[in-house]
Amino acid sequence: MNEPLLSVRGLRVWYGTEGRPVRAVDGVDFDISAGETLGLVGESGCGKSTLGRGVLGLLPESAAVEGQVRHRGRDLVGIEPRELQGMRGPELGLIFQEPMTRLDPLLSIEDHFLETLRSHEPELEKDEMRRRSIEALAGMGIPPTRFGQYPHEFSGGMRQRIMIALALVLRPSLIVADEPTTALDVIVEAQILGILADLRRNFDTALLLITHNLGIVAEACDRVAVMYAGRIVEEGTAGQVFAEPAHPYTRELLRSIISLSTSWRGLHYIPGAPPDLIDPPSGCRFHPRCPNAMRVCPERDPVPLELQGGQRVECWLHGPEEDIPAGGKEPLEREEIALAEEA
Amino acid sequence: MSSLLEVRGLRTHYSLRGSFLDRLRGREAGSVKAVDGVDFSLERGEVLGLVGESGSGKTTLGRTLLGLVDASEGSIRFEGSEIAGLGDKRFRDLRRRLQIVFQDPHASLNPAMTIGASVGDPLRFHGVASDPDEIDRHAAEALERVGLAPAAQFMNKHPGDLSGGQKQRAVLARAIILDPDVLIADEPVSMLDMSVRAKILELMLELKQELDLTYIYITHDLATARFLCDRIAIMYLGKIVEIGPKAEIFDNPRHPYTQALLRAIPEPDPARTVPRDLPPGEVPDAVEPPLGCPFHPRCAKAFEVCGWESRDVRTMLEAHWTRLPEPEYERERELFGDLYELDRPVGEAVVPAADGRVDEVAALLGRLRAESPDDPFWRGVAELRTRDGGVAVRFHEGLVPRELAAGEARVQCHLYDEDALRAAEAARAS
Repeated sequence: MNEPLLSVRGLRVWYGTEGRPVRAVDGVDFDISAGETLGLVGESGCGKSTLGRGVLGLLPESAAVEGQVRHRGRDLVGIEPRELQGMRGPELGLIFQEPMTRLDPLLSIEDHFLETLRSHEPELEKDEMRRRSIEALAGMGIPPTRFGQYPHEFSGGMRQRIMIALALVLRPSLIVADEPTTALDVIVEAQILGILADLRRNFDTALLLITHNLGIVAEACDRVAVMYAGRIVEEGTAGQVFAEPAHPYTRELLRSIISLSTSWRGLHYIPGAPPDLIDPPSGCRFHPRCPNAMRVCPERDPVPLELQGGQRVECWLHGPEEDIPAGGKEPLEREEIALAEEA
Repeated sequence: MSSLLEVRGLRTHYSLRGSFLDRLRGREAGSVKAVDGVDFSLERGEVLGLVGESGSGKTTLGRTLLGLVDASEGSIRFEGSEIAGLGDKRFRDLRRRLQIVFQDPHASLNPAMTIGASVGDPLRFHGVASDPDEIDRHAAEALERVGLAPAAQFMNKHPGDLSGGQKQRAVLARAIILDPDVLIADEPVSMLDMSVRAKILELMLELKQELDLTYIYITHDLATARFLCDRIAIMYLGKIVEIGPKAEIFDNPRHPYTQALLRAIPEPDPARTVPRDLPPGEVPDAVEPPLGCPFHPRCAKAFEVCGWESRDVRTMLEAHWTRLPEPEYERERELFGDLYELDRPVGEAVVPAADGRVDEVAALLGRLRAESPDDPFWRGVAELRTRDGGVAVRFHEGLVPRELAAGEARVQCHLYDEDALRAAEAARAS
């Protein structure tokens, strides 16, 4: 079997002081292959953005990182910052939600591209730089006539396309896109997702797409990883996870989507709120909100399991039987979650 | 019986200041036509959705109804009396009956005030109550009504202690404390996590039942609008392009824009892929909206009379060049003069050619036309003719769409207008 392009093992990221750290990412494993799109979903505060930044080594100084992030066999955790800086761009691309904060208002689009290419591929002729830039922009639907214009002359959607083209012009093998379309209107969002989908077909680019929108994951991703309170609680192909969610959190999250095809009777929400990551619940972190919680759930950390078809899940409902103490499968008795505790 | 709210010919234009130089030269800076001629009525007890993308004018429309922004033109009647252009003082009394809930619950609550004080504040402000105990009692009642119970737990908390959903509940409590008739909710759930949206929407419907409220629900999200609304108005560039009962809008959308919006919404179904047949480009600038139908430059079904004009030539050329390899683009671009000349909207455009290249420009345009004669843009072109310095593109005369009844809905689109279809046929024949 081919080695995956990116392989993350046991990744942990803490923020804050020694005494009460925020465990934003708390032991995460996943792989992405070339040309594959992995959707990373979860509610706000689940750690998905921290995970995306952790993969690229873009965390603030105050963050502590542990574990492995292997890109083409090379571990990026603990690598010299200068070396990692050199890989960002040609190997590792990044797309954020807010394009305006990443474009320099004093530089034309042409300047942005030439500067990027000059710093990473200084051997290119200027004509070649221009040609590559214009073609990257055209791929995102930006006409070549607008090459010389400045960021303020573009709409929000256009700026996001420019940011994506700017990431693509260096032909990175992996792109981390953190809510790339969240600030955009639905038609523009669909246009951009369509272009990102073409990418993997045309350039074999791997994409880690971080989003809170399960509709986007369904339509644009090959595989999906569901994150809750710093852990990936379920992972599998989009088809598997949407058709047969193995984790109760995934199932409840899918049920709470309000889409055009949901009916009034299907309107659903998850009681309670996501936990704070300084002092998360013991055992399975979802147990206080889980309709299927059992006695074992708050007592022991769930064990990662691989189900048939390669779907991975961390939930005691799937065993392993031998690790569940006697009586552990009895329903968990607890107080009703008061409305006041809700998100 | 008259409607609770009756809006006719409403326009809200924001004038642009323009640069100092422009003013010195006596040039008009123009205005943003945020709401550009809107008619609708709101019946007591219904939920009307105003749905559109950013720049559609939906938020400005909501604010105009509340007197937070001045209407430039038109009429807003509330229970039969005119409220457009009322002074701030007189509007203040009205505002007790018309309340608004904004998108961002974090920004809607004063972080320095306790929840109890924030929720009770409108009572004080409007002089309904002055006794602190009485105000607290009302605030506690309102909190319990929105599910923040027991209220004693929340009265002395600050917004920072509450989750997003709890904050939005508190904002709703503040909005209902004066016992209003109409609640305008501007994207009340779009900042909330998926897992709690349904709960807030349900709460809104419960409040509506209990308190006999009428809602205007402003959103970009057709899926939540489907849950909450009885009727839906689809807005595009300051106009209501389609309005009708929920079932008509979702089961039988008529306007090509409504159809595109519905197609674009991602569905949680992995068997679906991202739709490709979507309108190109983005919502244009509301300072100089397109002539004719505002949606025509992006509409796949546009035809002869939809309002073709000079700027569409530029869009067509740019789209063509975006598909070309870069060297070919450079060769073609050299044939043309300054394309900015096309930015002034006129029904007969002169495509400027570089010195001595008029014939080549004419040949290129002729070739593009021959390649896709049924393209909406080329259907709009009546004639290409060379002249001094460029090629004149004359378009068929455009019509501004009028509102037409179609089934139970009303739609502004020439596809449903017999007169427009006849005019297009005549244009083709000429």
